[in-house]
Amino acid sequence: MKMFRQIGAVTAMNFRSLPQRLSTSLVIVIGIAGVVAVLVSVLAMSTGLIRTMENTGRDDRAIVMRNGSVAETSSALDRNSARLIVDGAGIKRDAKGEPILTAETFRILMLHKKADDTEVSAILRGVGPKVLEVRPELKIVAGRMFQPAVAEVIVGKSANAQFKGLNIGDVVSSRGANWTVVGVFETGGDAHESSLMSDAETLNSIDQRGAFQSVTALLESPTAFQTFKDSLSANPALAVDVVREREYYRQQSKTMTTIISVIAYVVGGIMAVGAVFAALNTMYSAVSARLQEIATLRALGFGSTAMVMSVLAEALVLALIGGVIGALLAWAFFNGNTVSTLGGGGGLGQLVFELSVSPQLMMFGVVWACIIGLIGGLFPALRAARLPVAMALRAV
Amino acid sequence: MKYFGLVWAGLWRKKTRTVFTMISIVIAFLLFGLLQGINQGFSSALSRLDVDRLYVSARTGMTDGMPISYLSRIRNVPGVRAVSMWAYFGGYYREARNPIPAFATDAVELMKVYKEIKIRPEYIEAMAKTRTGVLVSGPLAATHGWKVGDRVPIGTSIWTNKAGSNTWEFDIVGTFDAGAYGAGFPSFYLNYSYFDEARQFGAGEIHYYIVSLQDPKQAQRISREIDDMFANSSVETRTQTESALAQSQLKQFADINFIANAIVGAVLFTLLFLTANTMMQSVRERTSELAVLKTLGYSDTKVLILVLTESLLLCMFAAALGIALAALVFESPALQKLFGEFSMPLFVAAMGAGIAVLVAFISGFPPAWRARQLNIVDALAGR
Repeated sequence: MKMFRQIGAVTAMNFRSLPQRLSTSLVIVIGIAGVVAVLVSVLAMSTGLIRTMENTGRDDRAIVMRNGSVAETSSALDRNSARLIVDGAGIKRDAKGEPILTAETFRILMLHKKADDTEVSAILRGVGPKVLEVRPELKIVAGRMFQPAVAEVIVGKSANAQFKGLNIGDVVSSRGANWTVVGVFETGGDAHESSLMSDAETLNSIDQRGAFQSVTALLESPTAFQTFKDSLSANPALAVDVVREREYYRQQSKTMTTIISVIAYVVGGIMAVGAVFAALNTMYSAVSARLQEIATLRALGFGSTAMVMSVLAEALVLALIGGVIGALLAWAFFNGNTVSTLGGGGGLGQLVFELSVSPQLMMFGVVWACIIGLIGGLFPALRAARLPVAMALRAV
Repeated sequence: MKYFGLVWAGLWRKKTRTVFTMISIVIAFLLFGLLQGINQGFSSALSRLDVDRLYVSARTGMTDGMPISYLSRIRNVPGVRAVSMWAYFGGYYREARNPIPAFATDAVELMKVYKEIKIRPEYIEAMAKTRTGVLVSGPLAATHGWKVGDRVPIGTSIWTNKAGSNTWEFDIVGTFDAGAYGAGFPSFYLNYSYFDEARQFGAGEIHYYIVSLQDPKQAQRISREIDDMFANSSVETRTQTESALAQSQLKQFADINFIANAIVGAVLFTLLFLTANTMMQSVRERTSELAVLKTLGYSDTKVLILVLTESLLLCMFAAALGIALAALVFESPALQKLFGEFSMPLFVAAMGAGIAVLVAFISGFPPAWRARQLNIVDALAGR
């Protein structure tokens, strides 16, 4: 108890004398605020990307592609395979007893970003007639659904917002066809909102391609996945990969999220080291400015633990303030900002997503700040504790 | 220079403080060097690309492809030196996880257009003689342990061949060195004639025509002429210079320039604060010393300059160290593999020096001014 009373008393004294060292203390606050702001902002990119990816896909949907395909867009299934897949076990059936799935085919379109006219590649997904049953989260928010056998497309919410020329009534020209935009859809904030959709058969006949590229099937339940996969693998006439939709999207974005995270940690780490030295600087000068005070306290009988704790507490509080400011800055400037980048592996085209400065991320930034403060305060604290009292009592 | 000793002594008055401040500056400039180095690296790589090469692709998107019949028409445009073509093959070796940027082309024309690629003439001849021959880049061959004369199976998820298989067998007839071009040159070329007759669909489809110009100043005119030529055909084209193409591909990834500058800006701002604080403290502690200097006859301005020089020395020395470290990082083997032959541009070092001077002045001026305004009597009395 005595220890806590001591710690409390010395810490309170430290803080009361803080205004004398305002500018030096501000160095820690600003330095750490900078580190945390940068770290959190860059990580917000990868958090936002992961969030968009995780939203995409349900556990009870599976994607079937050709064996060895890296992405849906580089797979190719022939009509025969498509027919065999339809007979797979575990697919949910509708009221008429038909399997709920959509055979899909893709094409890349070159669009321009509204922001700076950069040319980007976007995905046009040709879907099967049962798409609304396979993807019940797909809702038309403006205009109407496309009609089969006509060159019409619907565009995702994010695509409509980020890319030029995707308003209802606009025409997107592509080889062999001019697609009229007839509607805007949303799918609950996932990757599909960065793409366009049309009818698969229409797309195939324009491209003169004989076959589909992938099949997305709605399963009876998430646990039916294994049955479905086994029934397709067992068929010797089929050479396909079956993957859960969520898994697929997570895989696709893995490279990009890894790159962003690496950048965040490398830059943040380097900045953190710089901040540690700034903190060391500040705390050392805080201690040396009060050498006589500290020596007096020690002479009076205050234990060294109390000295160490009080200096650490000061460093910690300053770091905390800096961390909170940095996290709030990142949140204020970047939360909700839409960015777009290559989704990864070319299989997703340009992906539009929101930077997400989540509470967990801000907490992470604050923890980072506290660690910096602790390290920065440790050595000066030890110095305060080990001061040779008699020497320090003489004017320095 | 005779004052160097004085300035140096002033710096090292409080060793720990100076060391820590220096380390912070070193780290700040290390980050600066890394980020700006990468940023400049990208832009210089882009500008190094040949301005006398044009890329023609379908206007609606590269994957849409153009007919092979365009080749002779493009060749006949005045000012065109040579035309090569690429049909995207895009395979993988053994597993889809080892993608190979493979293109089908006409090797003779290809090497005419990319004159900086080093290759033995007998390899080019071998391509003409061997239908299934392929040319691979040195590094790619090394990665997979291939040698000239090997037969390699390449899988592709797009192109089924007429035999019904998705695995194509190729014979390696030669290697080439694309070091002069830099990173990004496709590393695997097969014969277009073989590819076209063996592929099941898409016959006659080319994805890129690469045009080499006699005079780079004609780039604009020839681009326009080519695009006008096909303006009303089945496939409209879009022609752009090599650097424009690379730039647009890079921008799809991220606006690297903005990100690098934003981070560096934030770092330098916090650094300014740190250095200013250090200098302020240092001057405040030496009030009586500075007063003595003034008593001895040092003018006010001289004292100002002394303090400024101290700040300058601190910043420049630490900044030089930081940038040197960054340059060292760039030479490391890991980054060399990523960026190709790449070392930190001198421009970045110069920029860093400039910024160091700026930081030194901004952070050193207030304390220097304070030193200048010092009243001898008050200062000596400790007021």
